[in-house]
Amino acid sequence: MSAPATSSPTTEDPPQDLPVRAADDPFDKDVLPTPPGATGILLRSLLAPMRARVALTTLLLLLQQAAVQAGPLLVAYAIDRAVPSFRAGDDGPLIAVAVGYLVCALASGTLQYAFLIAAARVNQDVLLDLRGRIFRHAQALSVDFHERYTSGRLISRSTTDVESLRELLSEGLQELVTVVLSFLYISAMLLWLDLGLGAVAVASFVPLYLLVRIYQRRAGRVFTARSTAIAAVIVKFVETMNGIRPVRAFRREAVNDADFRVLNRRHERTNGDALLEMARYVTGSRVVANTAVALIVLWGAYRVAGGTLALGVLAAAVLYLRRLYDPIDRLGMFLNSYQSAAASLEKIAGLLAQTPSVPEPSVPTELPARRGELPGREVVFDEVSFGYRTGGEVLPRFALTLPAGQTVAVVGSTGAGKSTLAKLLARFYDPSGGRVLLDGVDLRELAVPELRRGVVMVTQEAFLFSGTVAENIAIGRPDATREEIERAAKAIGAHEFISALPDGYDTDVRKRGGRISAGQRQLVAFARALLADPAVLILDEATSSLDIPGERAVQAAMATVLKGRTAVVIAHRLSTVEIADRVLVMEHGRIVEDGAPADLIAGTGRFADLHRAWRDSLA
Amino acid sequence: MRTLLRLWPYVRPVRVRLFTAASVAVVASCVGLVIPLVLKWMVDGPVADRDPAGVWLGALYLLLLGLLEAGLFGLRRWLVARPLSHVEAEMRAGLYGHLQRLPVAFHDRWASGQLLSRATTDLMLLRMFLAFPLTFLLVNAVTILAGVIIMLLQDWSLGLVILGPALPVMVMCVVFENRYAVVARLAQDQVGDLTTVVEESVLGIRIIKGFGRHRSQARAFRTLSSTLRGTELRKARLLATIWAVIVTLPEVAIGAALVLGTVQVADGELSAGTLVAFLSTALALRWPVDSIGFLLAMSQEAATATERYFEVMDEEPESETSTGSRPADAGGAGAGVTATGSGDPGVTDAGGGDDTGAGATVADARAADARRPTAGSADATAADTGSPGDGSAGDGSAGDGSTPATVADAKRADATAADARRADATVPEAGSAGGGSTGARRADATVPEAGSAGDGSTGARRADATVADARRANARNADDSGADAGKAGDGLRFVGVVFRYPDADPASPPTLDRVDLHIRPGESMALVGATGSGKTTLTALVPRLHEVTAGRITIDGEDVTAMTREELRAKVAVAFEEPTLFSASVGENVLMGAGDQAGAAELERALGVAQAEFVHALPQGTATQVGEQGLSLSGGQRQRLALARAVVGQPRFLVLDDPLSALDVHTEAAVEAALRQVLADTTALIVAHRPSTVLLADRVALLSGGRITAVGTHQELLRANTEYAHLMSGNGRQEDDR
Repeated sequence: MSAPATSSPTTEDPPQDLPVRAADDPFDKDVLPTPPGATGILLRSLLAPMRARVALTTLLLLLQQAAVQAGPLLVAYAIDRAVPSFRAGDDGPLIAVAVGYLVCALASGTLQYAFLIAAARVNQDVLLDLRGRIFRHAQALSVDFHERYTSGRLISRSTTDVESLRELLSEGLQELVTVVLSFLYISAMLLWLDLGLGAVAVASFVPLYLLVRIYQRRAGRVFTARSTAIAAVIVKFVETMNGIRPVRAFRREAVNDADFRVLNRRHERTNGDALLEMARYVTGSRVVANTAVALIVLWGAYRVAGGTLALGVLAAAVLYLRRLYDPIDRLGMFLNSYQSAAASLEKIAGLLAQTPSVPEPSVPTELPARRGELPGREVVFDEVSFGYRTGGEVLPRFALTLPAGQTVAVVGSTGAGKSTLAKLLARFYDPSGGRVLLDGVDLRELAVPELRRGVVMVTQEAFLFSGTVAENIAIGRPDATREEIERAAKAIGAHEFISALPDGYDTDVRKRGGRISAGQRQLVAFARALLADPAVLILDEATSSLDIPGERAVQAAMATVLKGRTAVVIAHRLSTVEIADRVLVMEHGRIVEDGAPADLIAGTGRFADLHRAWRDSLA
Repeated sequence: MRTLLRLWPYVRPVRVRLFTAASVAVVASCVGLVIPLVLKWMVDGPVADRDPAGVWLGALYLLLLGLLEAGLFGLRRWLVARPLSHVEAEMRAGLYGHLQRLPVAFHDRWASGQLLSRATTDLMLLRMFLAFPLTFLLVNAVTILAGVIIMLLQDWSLGLVILGPALPVMVMCVVFENRYAVVARLAQDQVGDLTTVVEESVLGIRIIKGFGRHRSQARAFRTLSSTLRGTELRKARLLATIWAVIVTLPEVAIGAALVLGTVQVADGELSAGTLVAFLSTALALRWPVDSIGFLLAMSQEAATATERYFEVMDEEPESETSTGSRPADAGGAGAGVTATGSGDPGVTDAGGGDDTGAGATVADARAADARRPTAGSADATAADTGSPGDGSAGDGSAGDGSTPATVADAKRADATAADARRADATVPEAGSAGGGSTGARRADATVPEAGSAGDGSTGARRADATVADARRANARNADDSGADAGKAGDGLRFVGVVFRYPDADPASPPTLDRVDLHIRPGESMALVGATGSGKTTLTALVPRLHEVTAGRITIDGEDVTAMTREELRAKVAVAFEEPTLFSASVGENVLMGAGDQAGAAELERALGVAQAEFVHALPQGTATQVGEQGLSLSGGQRQRLALARAVVGQPRFLVLDDPLSALDVHTEAAVEAALRQVLADTTALIVAHRPSTVLLADRVALLSGGRITAVGTHQELLRANTEYAHLMSGNGRQEDDR
């Protein structure tokens, strides 16, 4: 069951600008290195809070089994005692049988109901807890983890893997407990009825146990392979559906079909293997069980014939035997769901064992009250350096102070480290050395809500969540009123197009008529940022899809609504520079020029070059 | 439950094995039922007679029957193991293949989480259904029937007692099944919703982090998962109820039979062996009866899963060629006549109904769409709807006769009118049946202008500034006309293209409202327009990611709807604004844009054009894996690879949607220089937001209000068109070109 734990997954993803990491075999990374015993710890921690309810559930099942398993005993009693005494005119034992059976029947039904409900509660609460944990944990993990651990894999962790645990809990565990309980009960009954017959039945457990062990070992391997195979299928599926436009435009359908077929076949094969293992197990266990039945009947009948055993006892023994071996198929089913759940749980445990590389502080600090009139705050990069754990320094040690209220443009070619600088400031990454200070407070000491009142970053990818346009804007500040939302949209020039949508601000972006172009999405992203009203605003290529009027609207908003905020603007278009107080030119991770735009343009440095090229491009 | 029948086509290939397996299971169950009879024979025979030898024989029979039963059970599983995995895989491949071919509009509408949960959870449910409930509902029915017959034969009165609860149990099962169906469907849909939230929270992680919203996201997730928990508990309550009934009633019956049987044995009316066998049989039937509850529940879930599966499979895939769309156009025009006649708002309703219904055919939706513009504008409608009636005649005269009049007379002849005329001259199909409806529409584009210098309903909207341009265009037309004799070099042409998203409100104005544009062979045309003006939509129509609602797009004179998508997409290469790379090597990602024969040389050339030489610095060069499972590249890098992909096949037609937005100034300049050479002999449509990109093109078309309102060179438009000047400079006033 030990999945291939690879050495590579600890490697860090490079910044978006700098590709360094070699692509590993994707399937290797499906299981993250899991500390030994993590699966068990996870399972225990899930069940611990409901210990009492688990106990209650078990008790219910215990009683229910007692009621169910009393049946054959009553049969034995009826044949051996009630028949003779009824013949003798005493119908007391017969009435006892009748009442006993009725009570058992009603009790087993009622207890079954109570048990199922109690068990479902426990199961659903465990699942709720687990789903929530995976979700929250995935959200808490840093951006660079997400860049490394693909979305398809994260999705399959919280869907198919949770699903297999659900199966285990809702069907498997109950099966297991039922099976174990009835094994115990029935063995006890058999031993009590007749020591010899009981001993034979118990002896048959040895080969059964061996069969189970063999099955468990073999199926474990198959199940791990199967769960990896389905994860690959999911990754391919998600990738295709999310990239459907290029798929269509480049006629990838047939190629994709072929690729998918390969992955799908692999899953089909492992799936078939798993089912065949099950078939072998069932056959083997049935052979053992039926042989045991034949032996017990032979010996019992022999003894009844010899007069050393009561007929009723034999009858009860036979009835018990059938019940004893009935659940062995179900034991197989349990092992099935156990194996696949164990494989899934291991992956989930691996995910949950990942420590966020950008953790929230345990004792958060608050930002000091704003100094003076300006809403902006001072940013200091205090001897900051940044490199990935694998080595490869991206930003060598540097110091930089951005006074409150300053608008700083960062320019430089692709891979110069602009985005990394922005991500450090937004605390998507933590620096390898030094500190990033916001009004003198280390970003690492700020709780998330406080941090986001301080710094907000708008990136190039303007993803919309399902929901209405208004809800999407309100991500900036969930408690914002409709009026505030509209004001933000108006300030950024998004009001017009939003009003033109079928339901205006209430248009569901995933529903009909809710189509929103890339430029419009960026406007929505901006409205979010306006609404968030941060002290420091970072725009990382956030205007790339806007047309010039759109860009102007954004600049106007920055000059008015966002006036006085500290702003860091990364843009390829130098038009942004027009509103900047200061320009930083970056190259190979270093700040090579730093000054007021006019001064730099007047000079002969890189920025002057860039600016000239840009003026030319405007034609 | 009836939906389950729809699984037949998938099950058909494995039907022999499946039926064999079911028969084997039936036989195995019957063998199980014979065992109590052997017991009876032993108890009443050798045991009662104290005959040890007979006991041996009985035990031997038992052993043989037991082994047979074990073998049959194993055989059943062995028979279905591979075939059922195969069915599941086939259904999944079918769904995947189908989804890839559904219109892009479908994908806009469906969250991929919902699709994914159909491809995984639902299909697993179906496989489990085929493996167990399907077989065992049959097997159990046979077993119960056989068991009951055996019991009735042994003692009919006890048998009747056992049968007593059958009716109430069956009634309960039916009631249960109906209720369970509703809840099961709800639960499955909620799982889909949950999947969607998970997916979005993963895909939008940077935004969630950027705004520190992971708590509210977690809250949303919690709400949904709590709802799901509630639904699952409702399911559990239903299941618990039916279990309780199914467990209690038969048990009561067995108890009654036991008491009655005991009395009979005591009275000597029944042998002890018969009672043992009887009870043994009754107990052997316990599992078949008990399991009905969960078998039904599983079947119900399978039925829901089937429903959800076919919800997607029933969606009409894109038609390969125009066969589907032409009649629809005609239908639309036809319906238009009645619509204008009555001015009936009911038309809108008819259209509106189509949008939501999954069952609505494409033709319907399109018919509804075609009706809209007609109902909208009175004048144009008359011309439009009238035309199909007088078909070819009207077309011929309008095209040839009135257009020169327009040019001479109103001097407002824009490129479109001229183009339309030329199209009539060069496309011989003008009067033919195939061209009937389009021809009429073309006529429609020119007629109102020619005849209505005064009313100027459409003409007036066109910028006067384009006069010069149009003249020039006409002049060029004259030059070209000789070369244009064949269809081969006609370039890319939009003729009266109307487009409304199929799921849009039919009362809303169309996204594109009669777009006329001609891009001459080898010419590059920049497409400029305000954010959200429909530029991306227009580009998506060329490779037929969406189908035009009305009008047509031709490349080299051939209607794109008349080609197979394969042909079309081989001729037209596209680079999207949001560049998507697939899980494959860099080289494969780029070469996707070319035919199979393309190799390293083409790859290098394309990478050169896109200034994407950075790939050689990647760990494995062009063999480096990218996409979901590989290296993540920056936006600019991805954009350059997407551009390389578009040009690698040296396509005759190139559609580029803002292809340089994420590039820095230097790279952009380098890409532009290289791209110019490619564009020299390629017919290209380039969406542009910036002057630098516009300058790649020979001419510019301005898209505004869903129409092309001006065509000309950058300089001309900058001088003469306020809107254009605004878009290019950001200033409200007209600005001289710098």
